[in-house]
Amino acid sequence: MSTAKSSTPGVHQHAHHYDSAEHEYQSSKQGLWLFMCTEILMFGGLFVAYIIFHNMFPETFKVGSLFTDVKYGATNTVVLLFSSLTMALGIHYCQMRQQQKAVIALAVTILCGFAFMGIKWLEYSHKFHMGLLPGDWYAGNAEMIAAEIGNVTIPSNIALYFSFYFMMTGLHGVHVLVGMGLITWVMIRTMRGEFGPHFYTPVEGVGLFWHLVDLVWIYLFPLLYLVS
Amino acid sequence: MANVTGAHTANHSDSNYLNHEKGLWNWLSTLDHKRIGLLYFITVAIFFLIGGIFALLIRTELFSAGETIMTAEQYSRVMTYHGAVMVFLVIIPGIPAFLGNFFLPMQIGAKDVAFPRLNLASWYCLIIGAGIALASLFFGGADTGWTFYTPYSIKHAPAVICMVLGVFVAGFSSILTGLNFIVTTHKLRAPGMTMNRIPLFVWALYSTAIIQVLATPVLAITVLLLAAENVFGIGFFDPALGGDPVLFQHFFWFYSHPAVYIMILPAFGVISELITTFSKKTIFGYTAIAYSSVAIAAVSFFVWGHHMFVSGQSEIAGIVFSFITMLVGVPTAIKLFNWVATLYKGSINLSAPMLYALGFMFLFTIGGVTGIFLATIAVDVHFHDTYFVVAHFHYVMVGGTLMAIMGGIYYWFPKMFGKLVNDKWAQVSFFFIFVGFNVTFYPQFVLGSLGMPRRYFDYLPEYEHLNRISTVGAYLIGIGFVISVITVIHGLFRGKPAGPNPWGGTTLEWTTASPPPHENFLVTPIVTAGPYEHR
Repeated sequence: MSTAKSSTPGVHQHAHHYDSAEHEYQSSKQGLWLFMCTEILMFGGLFVAYIIFHNMFPETFKVGSLFTDVKYGATNTVVLLFSSLTMALGIHYCQMRQQQKAVIALAVTILCGFAFMGIKWLEYSHKFHMGLLPGDWYAGNAEMIAAEIGNVTIPSNIALYFSFYFMMTGLHGVHVLVGMGLITWVMIRTMRGEFGPHFYTPVEGVGLFWHLVDLVWIYLFPLLYLVS
Repeated sequence: MANVTGAHTANHSDSNYLNHEKGLWNWLSTLDHKRIGLLYFITVAIFFLIGGIFALLIRTELFSAGETIMTAEQYSRVMTYHGAVMVFLVIIPGIPAFLGNFFLPMQIGAKDVAFPRLNLASWYCLIIGAGIALASLFFGGADTGWTFYTPYSIKHAPAVICMVLGVFVAGFSSILTGLNFIVTTHKLRAPGMTMNRIPLFVWALYSTAIIQVLATPVLAITVLLLAAENVFGIGFFDPALGGDPVLFQHFFWFYSHPAVYIMILPAFGVISELITTFSKKTIFGYTAIAYSSVAIAAVSFFVWGHHMFVSGQSEIAGIVFSFITMLVGVPTAIKLFNWVATLYKGSINLSAPMLYALGFMFLFTIGGVTGIFLATIAVDVHFHDTYFVVAHFHYVMVGGTLMAIMGGIYYWFPKMFGKLVNDKWAQVSFFFIFVGFNVTFYPQFVLGSLGMPRRYFDYLPEYEHLNRISTVGAYLIGIGFVISVITVIHGLFRGKPAGPNPWGGTTLEWTTASPPPHENFLVTPIVTAGPYEHR
């Protein structure tokens, strides 16, 4: 009834309540941008909380960020930025109906997602190992901490930093996973040859989402890794 | 219809959206906005029944001082579920997702909303969210009140976790509905349907949708943090870790104050339709009413601090919030004055929907004006957490939104089902609900001003007299709704055929058959004039 299955590859039938494919495309795009607004406002809540607590306890955030590895963070930033490039290329190739190139670009984007999550996993397991957990679960091992950051006075509410660290990177990580799933979905559809110059809305929408996820990380990286 | 050409009014075949496809599964997987609207109708009606039973339990307990039918612990839970069910599952989805879903596309001459699949997904979000929230009953039930204030709500209680996760999921229902409405209004208007010709109900839903899309995500992150606070003790709202319980209140009300406009703005839209149709007169001040909806939506984001006048917020902030809160009274009064001006020299038809509209104007004015009392810091310091506040928001939410829902149901029932309800009985239901409402809540203003605190299962003996009156009123409201249910069911099965336009409405939905065909209009209407050209 709605988006009819295209009979010939690359030919998209618009849904019954739109006048034309262009009409449907413009509407979908507006919907997507509105959805981006909701994402920004959702992360916005965390950023507001960050600003408030960073103002109240700057020392906690300064010491907390000593436990993060800037090398890992920087690598992940580069990985995500690169993946945004490949995502954009994927959209471009879909528009050009260069199917093979599009699939390669999208696959590389997914691989970047895996690389990002892999590095995150290394970071997380190291923190779990040291007992650097959020809030009530915090069980920092004094010896390991001294070995890692030297002789620094640990603020009594250091657990608050890890609450922020895990809430912010955790919510972002969930978005990366969802993004990877969505890219896989559009990649499969690209393989089936469903996209072309006249219809590439899903790829563009997923791309928009992926860029937003990337953008959030661009803010998370300095806030959590570089504040010291 | 002078303002419409090319729209077929006659029902050429018996095919309509109700018999277009048959079977339960076709209903549960439907992409038709009208059917999804009806799914919301049934769901919201069931939740309203549940919330209503909780309300009657509350009033029965308060009939006499001391323990009447339940303990203090049970009372706290009943009160929590009454509030949470009524707010999140009844009033917020009530008008937009039910009447809005059904009539927004029809009023702008569209075949459907912009994203039919998202529309269906939004209904499932509500159902799943409600399921998760009500599952909290198996963990002993939440007793925090619907506002989940910290630090009481962060005691690692599984029931609270269930509740807030349910609210999280149900929130997506609201977001998706709002998103759908914004895009539908911008992109799917019929030829000639300029933004200055869309009916005022659409303007109201559009303004509501802006709030739904921009405010609900903040609630999402707030309840997510509250759940994390319960599971991990993350400390954002926990003073033990340097966290701040008042921060939760800021987060919560940043959504939940705009949310009260999610509840009332669509009601304004319904009333605009009713007043003009039943006065047989062009609405007075179309532009003013339309833009005042958008103005309310905009101002609504800057008033949340008036919930924290006594929570230790800075005095300067309190004064600013107090002032901005009073500003809301301006666009709201603009609406009321325009409705009254529409009535002036109109040919008024006092059918049941119009009675509900007039009842709305009466009750909402009381609710709105007492809102100004509460926005005044010096007064609020005395009235906060008393029954004065309870009476105020029930006058707005029940006397406002619920009256509008009832008026809207009776107004659009003939269009939805092609049959007329018995207007006499609909008027009787109005009588019980309107009188019962005042008997219930007017004494609560008095009780509040005498200092009776809210949320307790007990009160001092000197408050008993007025509490008894209030409880009797609650049962009158209950009777009114039972009569309504019987009237509607009777109309469904025994109602006389309605014809396309029984009330003489001028908006596009009245130009098509009742019940409407699958794609609303046999031929896409071409609009050549404003929405309310009565002659």
